[in-house]
Amino acid sequence: MFSNLDFDVIRRALPYLFYEGMTFTLTLTALAGLGGLIFGTAIALMRLSGYKVLGRIAGVYVDFMRSLPLVLVIFWFYFLVPYIGQWITGASRPISVGAFASSLITFIMFEAAYFSEIMRAGIQSISRGQPAAANALGLTYAQTMRYVVLPQAFRNMLPVLLTQTIVLFQDTSLVYVLSIPDFLGAASKVAQRDGRLVEMYLFAAVVYFTISCVASFGVRRLQARIAIIR
Amino acid sequence: MIEISHVNKWYSPTFQVLTDCTTSVTKGEVVVVCGPSGSGKSTLIKCVNALEPFQEGDISVDGTKVNDPKTNLPKLRSRVGMVFQHFELFPHLKIIDNLCLAQQKVLDRSRDKAVAKAEQLLERVGLKEQAQKFPAQLSGGQQQRVAIARALAMDPIVMLFDEPTSALDPEMVSEVLDVMVDLAHEGMTMMVVTHEMGFARKVANRVIFMDRGEIVEDADKEDFFGKPRSDRAQKFLSKILSH
Repeated sequence: MFSNLDFDVIRRALPYLFYEGMTFTLTLTALAGLGGLIFGTAIALMRLSGYKVLGRIAGVYVDFMRSLPLVLVIFWFYFLVPYIGQWITGASRPISVGAFASSLITFIMFEAAYFSEIMRAGIQSISRGQPAAANALGLTYAQTMRYVVLPQAFRNMLPVLLTQTIVLFQDTSLVYVLSIPDFLGAASKVAQRDGRLVEMYLFAAVVYFTISCVASFGVRRLQARIAIIR
Repeated sequence: MIEISHVNKWYSPTFQVLTDCTTSVTKGEVVVVCGPSGSGKSTLIKCVNALEPFQEGDISVDGTKVNDPKTNLPKLRSRVGMVFQHFELFPHLKIIDNLCLAQQKVLDRSRDKAVAKAEQLLERVGLKEQAQKFPAQLSGGQQQRVAIARALAMDPIVMLFDEPTSALDPEMVSEVLDVMVDLAHEGMTMMVVTHEMGFARKVANRVIFMDRGEIVEDADKEDFFGKPRSDRAQKFLSKILSH
């Protein structure tokens, strides 16, 4: 059955697939993961703060983002942001944002919602005596969070955060709806051009599978090493 | 040193935990607070450094009003040492860093100074060899002694103890009490919530007995153990001293 398949097309496309496609995918994953983590932590702190209004805003945001399909957000955001930018700045024409910036912002916003829920669980898993002890020593709220609560929460949550990042790595393939040459997009382009759909999509699947699997294994190893001694 | 006057606290409009509590701790005094569980003694001591808010009354520490919104609470708390029932060491930090964190971040001490102070205090509680370990590698009694050292590292003007031996195995109680007795003999001002009547007998100046959120008895040690005036204190004493 494989007799009429041409796997050499993969070899010829490798430089393009990895230098352009995979570089884009990994960059987007890393930046979106980092941004999502920072904003997610901020949202989690808002939700856990004593201020009802802040908590409410953060809650609505998280529920809103989690109720929409990611691909729809990517799509809408790409086409809407130029007009929102125009409206805000009062420019005469829609502001061009660029596919990369647009997809990066979308992923950060989207991941922030998911990361914030993970961080919230992580912070809530720290017993209330810990911040009390830190406060009793004279640490301010910010110092208590930075030196006592968040380091412990991060360590407790790191496996889940990294697993979510692996999911993010797979999800970045959705930018393909914006015709961006990420890894899947690049593979798809070659596939269409050379008429080798089966080979290219098979190869893309193998690559995503391998990277995700190795990363998951790494997370498990890491988890064993960084766990707080209890 | 500590002035508590007419403190009322409610958890909900119908549930009052503290009712008109008034007492004081003067400089160099050791005051033991005892009473049945749920009587509000832990809540009262946590009000002293504002870990628990209260709705009515006033508490001041060394002339600073705790319940004044303008009070710089972190600054005040840095001068009030507190030891918790469950130790509350920071599990992600080594023992030495548990002692140094607040010294460096709150008192702005240099790392060298903080370490020197920490080592001196660890030596004092007999745990100098454990400095590089993590809290979970220590026994309960050792952890509580580290917690006391951590509080002392801030050079507090007063120490609060919230049932410091209640979570310990019986054979570890004395090693913690010994440290506390030494501290009392050195003239540290202490407010101690505890059921250890032996400790109270040995070093307390005064004993406060609480029941259902009220201070029922506030007496000199001799009077308290000799002839408590209230029935409830008598009953409590007979129960915990009978064996």
